[in-house]
Amino acid sequence: MIAQLLESNEQFDVDSPNMPNEAVTLSKPFNITTRNSSNIGEYAIKFIMVACSMVAIAVTVGIVFSLFFESISFFQRVSISEFLFGTKWSPQTALRADQVAAEGSFGAVPLITGTLLISFIAMCVATPLGLFSAIYLSEYASRRARNVIKPLLEILAGIPTVVYGFFAALTVAPMLRSTGENIGLNVSSESALAAGLVMGIMIIPLISSLSDDVINAVPQSLRDASLGLGSTNSETIRKVVLPAAIPGISGSLLLGASRAIGETMIVVMAAGLAANLTANPLEAVTTITAQIVALLTGDQEFDSAKTLSAFALGLLLFIVTLILNMISLKIVNKYREQYD
Amino acid sequence: MEIKTDAINSLKLNKNTPIIQAKNVDVFYGYKQALDNISLDIPENKVTSLIGPSGCGKSTFLRCINRMNDLVSICRVTGEIKIFNQDIYAQEVDVVALRANVGMVFQKPNPFPKSIYENVAYGPKIHRLSSNKSDMDELVEWSLRKAGLWEEVKDRLNEVATGLSGGQQQRLCIARAIAVKPRVILMDEPCSALDPIATAIIEELIDELRNNFSIIIVTHSMQQAARVSQRTAFFHMGNLVESGKTKNIFTSPKDERTQNYITGRIG
Repeated sequence: MIAQLLESNEQFDVDSPNMPNEAVTLSKPFNITTRNSSNIGEYAIKFIMVACSMVAIAVTVGIVFSLFFESISFFQRVSISEFLFGTKWSPQTALRADQVAAEGSFGAVPLITGTLLISFIAMCVATPLGLFSAIYLSEYASRRARNVIKPLLEILAGIPTVVYGFFAALTVAPMLRSTGENIGLNVSSESALAAGLVMGIMIIPLISSLSDDVINAVPQSLRDASLGLGSTNSETIRKVVLPAAIPGISGSLLLGASRAIGETMIVVMAAGLAANLTANPLEAVTTITAQIVALLTGDQEFDSAKTLSAFALGLLLFIVTLILNMISLKIVNKYREQYD
Repeated sequence: MEIKTDAINSLKLNKNTPIIQAKNVDVFYGYKQALDNISLDIPENKVTSLIGPSGCGKSTFLRCINRMNDLVSICRVTGEIKIFNQDIYAQEVDVVALRANVGMVFQKPNPFPKSIYENVAYGPKIHRLSSNKSDMDELVEWSLRKAGLWEEVKDRLNEVATGLSGGQQQRLCIARAIAVKPRVILMDEPCSALDPIATAIIEELIDELRNNFSIIIVTHSMQQAARVSQRTAFFHMGNLVESGKTKNIFTSPKDERTQNYITGRIG
């Protein structure tokens, strides 16, 4: 058989000189030292690209430095340990210089706990809803259903946060309050729960779309293997697909959490400004972001501890979200490499 | 009615009754017909190879036998496929139970990213084939021995399976398939991603496995079909051109298309 194959190969060899003549003759000179296009265009394009990326980097560095230096001048007035561990936040400075205790107090703990409380509520809403809709989209939905539902979910991501904010403040909060009254609970009209619930809804598309990508990246061959062994769809998802996707999913959850921690508009409108140190979701709490807004809106003098504290809060927030983002990106990337 | 492993195990077929009988099977992907009126009998405890050029429908036919085609939404199967005289496309058949009895080994080794032990134990756990840990250990060892992998992995059962070589991974996939004790094993070009030495090991293994299982193998290599199978079916453009004893197909094919394919003129 192989001899036959070789024989036929030789036949092809013999055949090739008899190929019909090319219609186009290759009479162009063989010039490899000059060309018609110019180098200037190449350099110009490269320069524009480099310049654009430099702008982004320079601005980022600038912001970080300004945060850093203003924070330093804040910490010259208020000690770092008071800022990080103090439990009383009331940054109001006195109107008259002769007032006692004119400097206010700058303990950030109530803000940190408020931020964490609201983010926690948001993640409690967004994790199951986002994850399960991702599983539905990638494992159960027909292509037609997916083509309808995925864009609809992404519309959620396109709603401006200020719209979520007044939805939280004007619809969800009163609703929670009246429901609470009916069952005998005292719900504050600006509650952590209202802000957290709405923020959770806002994060759903982020988590569902990232998790959907991760779940889709699990090779089909693993699903085939599991189904071929006689496991059901849900067994395949629980025992093969999700374990393989869990690192990527936790990455997407961390990104969602860092989004929740940094979210501003919803908490400004729905969570209130009272710096209560509480774990009760029915009370009003405030967050780092909401306080920054409160500190910097209106006319301010830029050398008071009150104004400078906003930069310290900003730096704190920046560090926390940066760490979360770095961890989550690392996890997501590590997972991506696994199947390449 | 569920196909129960025990029920099937107790079935004894007449020596000449084929284990799988396909009658007038048509398969459509959307409007495109992939298989045209296939009727083929597959004997028990033998290796049957399906050969033919790419796109001829041999893999499609293989995937009809454990209904993996159900996963393709545009795929439609008509006709009748009987295994142990039960129509597997009948209303009352549970496709999950069917696949527990008709195992499959895929083209590319696809071990789960779990430990070697967990890979083999996956199917038995799902079908609750063993009641305690020592039973499971025994079943895992039996499967790995059957797949000729035990000696190589017995000291590292808890290592992740994706660290094995390609040939070892494929034997692990075979062990994983036989751990649920199917009656039929479908193999879809199981050696196409492997080097010649790993291929030779797997071919030897297939020959041993036919004592316990009926094996259907899709292959692009005619040498492989000639080496491992007792029966051969030649597919061409969605048709079953001819089938019979491997020796007869390769030495005296009746159809000109078969003749052309096995001598390397088409395909």
